Amino acid sequence: MTVMEQFRNWLAGAMPDWAAYILAFIVGVVAILIFALVMIIVFVYIERRVVGRFQVRLGPNRCGPEGIFQLIADAIKVFGKEDIVPSKGDFWVHFLAPIVTFVPALMIFAVVPFHRGAVFTDLDVGILYVVAISSISVVGIFMAGWGSNNKYSLIAALRAVAQAVSYELPVVLSVVGVILLTGTLSLNKIVEVQTIPLFLLTPLGFLIFFLGTMAEINRSPFDLLEAESEIVAGYQMEYSGMKWVLFYMGEYGHALAASSIITTLFLSGWKGPLLPPFLWFLIKVLIVFFIFMWARATVPRLRVDQLTAFAWKCLLPMALINLVLIAAEVIWFPEMLPWMMVVVNFAVAGVLILLWSRLFALGGGRVEV
Amino acid sequence: MMLRTEPFVVNIGPQHPSSHGLFRLRVTLDGEVVKDLELVLGYLHRGIEKLAEGRTYTQNITLTDRLDYLAQMTNNWAYVIAVEKLAGIKVPERAEYLRVIIGEMMRLSSHLCFIGFFLNELGAYFTPLFYMFRDREKIIDLFDMVCGQRLNYNYMRVGGVSHDIPEEFVPALKRLLDEMPRLIDEYEQLLSGNEILLARTKKVGILTKEKAINCSASGPVLRASGVKWDIRKVDPYSVYDRFDFEIPVGSVGDVYDRYWVRVQEMRQSVRILKQALEQLPKGETKAEVPFLLRPPVGDAYGRIEGPKGELGFYLVSDNSIAPYRWHVRPPALLNLTALRELAIGWKLADAIVIFGSLDTILGEVDR
Amino acid sequence: MKFERYGIGIAKGLMVTLKNFLRPPVTLQYPEEKLITSKRIRGNELVWYVGKCTGCATCAKHCPQGNIEVVTHVGPENTYIVEKFEVDTGRCMFCGLCVEACPYEAIFMGRSYERATYRQKELVLSKEQLMLSELRQPSGYARPKIEALLPRQKLLLYWDREDGQKLRWFPWRKRSKN
Repeated sequence: MTVMEQFRNWLAGAMPDWAAYILAFIVGVVAILIFALVMIIVFVYIERRVVGRFQVRLGPNRCGPEGIFQLIADAIKVFGKEDIVPSKGDFWVHFLAPIVTFVPALMIFAVVPFHRGAVFTDLDVGILYVVAISSISVVGIFMAGWGSNNKYSLIAALRAVAQAVSYELPVVLSVVGVILLTGTLSLNKIVEVQTIPLFLLTPLGFLIFFLGTMAEINRSPFDLLEAESEIVAGYQMEYSGMKWVLFYMGEYGHALAASSIITTLFLSGWKGPLLPPFLWFLIKVLIVFFIFMWARATVPRLRVDQLTAFAWKCLLPMALINLVLIAAEVIWFPEMLPWMMVVVNFAVAGVLILLWSRLFALGGGRVEV
Repeated sequence: MMLRTEPFVVNIGPQHPSSHGLFRLRVTLDGEVVKDLELVLGYLHRGIEKLAEGRTYTQNITLTDRLDYLAQMTNNWAYVIAVEKLAGIKVPERAEYLRVIIGEMMRLSSHLCFIGFFLNELGAYFTPLFYMFRDREKIIDLFDMVCGQRLNYNYMRVGGVSHDIPEEFVPALKRLLDEMPRLIDEYEQLLSGNEILLARTKKVGILTKEKAINCSASGPVLRASGVKWDIRKVDPYSVYDRFDFEIPVGSVGDVYDRYWVRVQEMRQSVRILKQALEQLPKGETKAEVPFLLRPPVGDAYGRIEGPKGELGFYLVSDNSIAPYRWHVRPPALLNLTALRELAIGWKLADAIVIFGSLDTILGEVDR
Repeated sequence: MKFERYGIGIAKGLMVTLKNFLRPPVTLQYPEEKLITSKRIRGNELVWYVGKCTGCATCAKHCPQGNIEVVTHVGPENTYIVEKFEVDTGRCMFCGLCVEACPYEAIFMGRSYERATYRQKELVLSKEQLMLSELRQPSGYARPKIEALLPRQKLLLYWDREDGQKLRWFPWRKRSKN
């Protein structure tokens, strides 16, 4: 029994069933929204300080003790800005785009298990829901690019569609590998089944999922949508004021959601020895986010044809081979000991990476004009 | 069924985070491929060449500081060489050695700036930029020790340098030179083996040998295309013929070679600096030159190997206290004329990277 | 371009960034910590010795922009008495040519760099404002005697040596109301 169902039963003792259902629902939604929004603000602060330390400087440290009110100061400044709408652009498309981009990031938290049995809804098709929702935000980005009546934004929007479509496939295929190993689609049961973290059992799947998700949430080195040096701010260029804040928070919301999903699927969620499980969940989410920030501070960005070549020629075949391998292991050797599986999978992953580096070319060259 | 496509014009305009200064590129794109490129310059024109006709020869040194504002004392040096050729003034030895030391430190500083800003355009989110600023800060503190300013130095004078170095300069410089190879190694470890950098810059924007010579390119752009031409070896000025250094030459002429040539030049600068510090003689630092210098009627062209290329000054005098004509040969502008052929056929992201690899400073281009 | 080297170059780059993450930051918390400036600093001000100036106006002739205005009249015993000595520090670029030119060592560069004002007219300084005082100290640019008296310059980045700034891991600032 999950925590939500226990709560609903407790409430049903004092009021009719339908009222208990609605009240429990509202309390759950408010709890998740508070968690998500507070964590987004904390993530933005952490990003600015930690990326500053990578660059041997301090981040913002003047507003409030050690700069914790910096974001509130930014929010107050942004509220006072004028809301500019391009006159020749499509008004409703321009207006709805930030909402379509931001809301899916919050919706993913409905199925993430935070604690032993604490899930908002224990859907039987949890992973399918996550994959479906994360594809909606791409439509929002395209709407932003189109409704702005601006050539830079249009370039960014087209790049966004190419990138998102290319990276969906490897991500989904590596998730199927996880499903085969655990035998269930529900996120709650995936965490409960893991005795050792799954990234040891499918290293190749973990790597593909990690890189693919980094590309889906438009973070470096795949952040060509807002490549500051080329198309200045890409799809966000014509937005100011509160709509821009929704895009900005949407980016970190997606990062938070992606970190949570990676923790749940591959790093065994809330399991851990001494501390309460919710703290372990937060620690693992922060570790994954640290690796995202580390990559952002170091690595230059890829060009768009190199990006799609990487997805189609490199990640997709490896994801297929990974799937075949895991299926073979599950069907033909179901009693294989875990450590043997770890060794075999690591060996195959190493061989594949070596082979792929030698065989394929990355991206096109000069086009004759 | 063939879809009808149309190229469209994008204006990478005067307000842009990655233009090195203030300029405008009108790019005609077909999808992402660049079909045509047009440069619109002149946003930073201040009329320096005309202003110089109203100031004396010594006062013009303050104007040369404002040309290439990242390697300023090399501008001073080229101008002062031209005036000394015109007026026939001989410079004492200690002054020549001090000029070489300062010139090579300026070259280190300018190439560090190049690494920082070039990687910013590739998208490495300011990290190499901050490391570069930290290392360049050490060099600029030494300049502060010598001439009191961190940006517009105004250090060279006609006939020598304006101040002698204080006694804490030499140990501080030796400490910096001991650290510098380790810092350059750290940059190379961060960047030169990075696969994404190699994928973005190898075989991109190839400038062949013949085209480079025909476009009058000079400096690291020319040397990366395979031409071994460095004015310090070909036409030595000052005391460069007493030092032992090599000239790095690239092979292919793509963006990666231009980056690599500059990193190797930094190592050679450290070598020259060590030799110059050992050989530094005692003596005067400035020859006796009258305040209102009246050179004889004639003209002279003085050139040096600056960090961006061959920087030259052409002076015409008519025996008065101010020059009659004062003209700069800006290496950045002449390297920039090759941009159109280099960038056509590549994608928009590559056009920005190629522009960044030519290392232009708009102050020099527009004067 | 072949995707060679298996990702090792990126891994090495990540190691460099991690090493720099573990170094103390190179930031100077400005109003609370200030570095001792160079002995020859050409700061944002000029200092004038009224006792030594004879009104020859050599500084005004050397200035590339003509910022200095000197008005004198002839006094007793064939000397000049300086009535007006004005410098437009808004147009001045602090090149130091006037300081190098003065034959009587009567004008100096200043040591301070915090000379911002609210109006541009306040930057045209008259002779009372330019005189040497507690708040206007001379720097050693082109003046070796003053240079010998000044303290050693504190460099920004050599924290482990005695003439550098101490770089600390967590530069806690004192809570001050400013």
